[in-house]
Amino acid sequence: MTRDFPYRELGTLSDPEQHLSALAISGRDTERLLRQLRDMLLIRRVEEKIGDMVTAGMIVCPCHLGIGQEAVAVGVSEHLRATDRVFGAHRSHSHYLALGGGVYPLLAEVLGKLDGCSKGMGGSMHLHDPAHGLLGTVPIVAGTVSLAVGAALAARKDGGDSLAVAYFGDGAAEEGVVHEAMNLAAAWRLPVLFVCENNLFSSHLHISLRQPSDRVARFAEAHRMSAMTIDGNDLLAVSDATASLVAGIRRGEGPAFLEALTYRWRGHVGPREDLDVGVNRGSDLALWKRRDPIRRLADALREAESLQEETWQAMDRAVLEEVETAWRRADAAPYPDESALLDWVYAGGAAK
Amino acid sequence: MTRMNYGTAIRAAFMHLLDHHPEVFVIGQGLWAKWYVGNSMTDLDKLYGVDRIMDSPVSESACTGAAVGASLCGYRPIVVHPRVDFMLYAMDAMVNQAAKWSHMVGGQAHPAVTIRGIVNRGGEQGAQHSQALHAWFAHVPGLRVVMPATPADARDLLIASVLCDDPVLYIDDRWLYDLEDDLPPVVERPLELEGPELLRDGSDITLVGSSYTTQQCLAAANGLAERGISAAVVDLRVINPLRAEPIIASVRKTGRLLAVDGGWRTCGLAGEVIARVAEAVHPAELRALPRRLTLPDAPAPTSKPLERIYYTLVDDIVTAAADLVKEAAR
Ligand SMILES: Cc1ncc(C[n+]2csc(CCOP(=O)(O)OP(=O)(O)O)c2C)c(N)n1
Ligand SMILES: [Mg+2]
Repeated sequence: MTRDFPYRELGTLSDPEQHLSALAISGRDTERLLRQLRDMLLIRRVEEKIGDMVTAGMIVCPCHLGIGQEAVAVGVSEHLRATDRVFGAHRSHSHYLALGGGVYPLLAEVLGKLDGCSKGMGGSMHLHDPAHGLLGTVPIVAGTVSLAVGAALAARKDGGDSLAVAYFGDGAAEEGVVHEAMNLAAAWRLPVLFVCENNLFSSHLHISLRQPSDRVARFAEAHRMSAMTIDGNDLLAVSDATASLVAGIRRGEGPAFLEALTYRWRGHVGPREDLDVGVNRGSDLALWKRRDPIRRLADALREAESLQEETWQAMDRAVLEEVETAWRRADAAPYPDESALLDWVYAGGAAK
Repeated sequence: MTRMNYGTAIRAAFMHLLDHHPEVFVIGQGLWAKWYVGNSMTDLDKLYGVDRIMDSPVSESACTGAAVGASLCGYRPIVVHPRVDFMLYAMDAMVNQAAKWSHMVGGQAHPAVTIRGIVNRGGEQGAQHSQALHAWFAHVPGLRVVMPATPADARDLLIASVLCDDPVLYIDDRWLYDLEDDLPPVVERPLELEGPELLRDGSDITLVGSSYTTQQCLAAANGLAERGISAAVVDLRVINPLRAEPIIASVRKTGRLLAVDGGWRTCGLAGEVIARVAEAVHPAELRALPRRLTLPDAPAPTSKPLERIYYTLVDDIVTAAADLVKEAAR
């Protein structure tokens, strides 16, 4: 299932038996950490709910769950503003929620309801929430990476220090357009942060079966941009790396690249843990679950006595309640009118 | 005779090609995973080895270009795109390179490459995971476009496509994979001889379909027969180059034409079918104006009620055909 390849360059980052301990949080703002813990928990509970509802047959559209990868979006979004321009891909519930997108419009969207963030026209794979800076997420692999470069170009034309973010995966790095986009951004020194969530898989194929090296940030070096490869299941590592890369971009130093090593717990698409694409990651998956980004932050807060068991339980109950309330509302919400099919094809209303 | 379904018939074609033609190999995403290509390539990697069944990185453009290149050096590669939507990254290799090559070099070289694009839609997948773009490709001279509607054609037209010296786009539809039939042994036939076929004769109206819509037309013809309407069904099979004679002959007999297509309306395949008939058949020979049933000119929606009205149903064909037959003779 994996192959020995010449450039195993990630060191301990790709070893699920490493980086298991509680995060080192001394000197950090506890309030902020508690908020981020809650943000990660919310993403997980929302995606678990979506998974359950797919299993129950309530949700039909394809849903790609990022359970296990929550720290990336939360750590990156902390350094973004509503005026920044973020683009995602097929596995983008976390990107949407971490930017502040509502649970209700997300659940309404996956149900194809009019109150959805894309008015029910896109489902899980096409999210849109410009009020929070999310300009779009799409399932054509790498489809938005060049769009993010264009949004960065627009930001520079506008003046000011807004930036664009392109979230994509290790698989997307195999599409030619990603390399064109990176070259363009570097040649024109555009304010864009490329965020590669390297979860070592593109559907059923491990990265060793697809690339000569497991470290995607090598491409950033080829394009002469600042790059960092970090443990994507360590909220603080994501946050610190993003802080420094974003600061450089906002100072006008051109594009930067963040590679966050992580792992998805569910299958490529849908709620099952695995086997959806005929692969069994069995023992690796069990190991990776121990590198849980939520548990590692919660443990640190517990050890520092900043998180009591009751507080943790109450936080989880509140999150679950929020998700359930949003779900019930979304389930009862209306679908778009049939006229929507033609009305939204062109800007002027119904297609003639 | 061997019982097969459309999916296993495709697999039988691959096996025939790989067994008898050492210059054939396959590149594409998901070839080592059942999920992407349904039951159409199961375990081929185990039977023929991963050097001939190459699962690929997410690199449609380079994989297709590489197949075109290998085809110029004596191989007959097949590139598999699990969705037509993903194949759009391969546009240059298909349209600028493969389709033009023979003509550009004065007929001295022919890229004998086959590109398999799978239509995979429904299930609230939405705008970027639902497209049927055959009409675009049929517009391109030099690129043969094949759309099998039956298990026998799924097998035999794939074999013919791969053995053809020209670049061929072979489009199969996941909605057909469970369709069963008894298939005779393989006979290799030149693709150049293949074209539209009259699958069912009739006297009141001609229904023209391709791939999935052919099956819908056949079902509609049964429904129409119950209403006393005799419908002929023409299956296009090869849409470029398009040989319209069987369509024209049938319309001359029935006087009515309903062209059904799984693509959009504007500049689509159904419009081309109507144009071919309009060029050949005098209006006086027609008993009603030709009509087409296509997708509405809109991207695929995800929302349940919109998806329900988006796709053409057999009942829509029955109703439209019955309406045409009812129209006063002109
Ligand atoms: C152009 C294109 N090719 C192939 C696919 C099928 N596909 C969907 S997601 C995916 C895997 C992408 O892997 P990666 O970029 O690492 O993202 P991850 O799924 O790991 O989040 C593939 C191959 C697609 N949607 N679009
Ligand atoms: Mg990946």
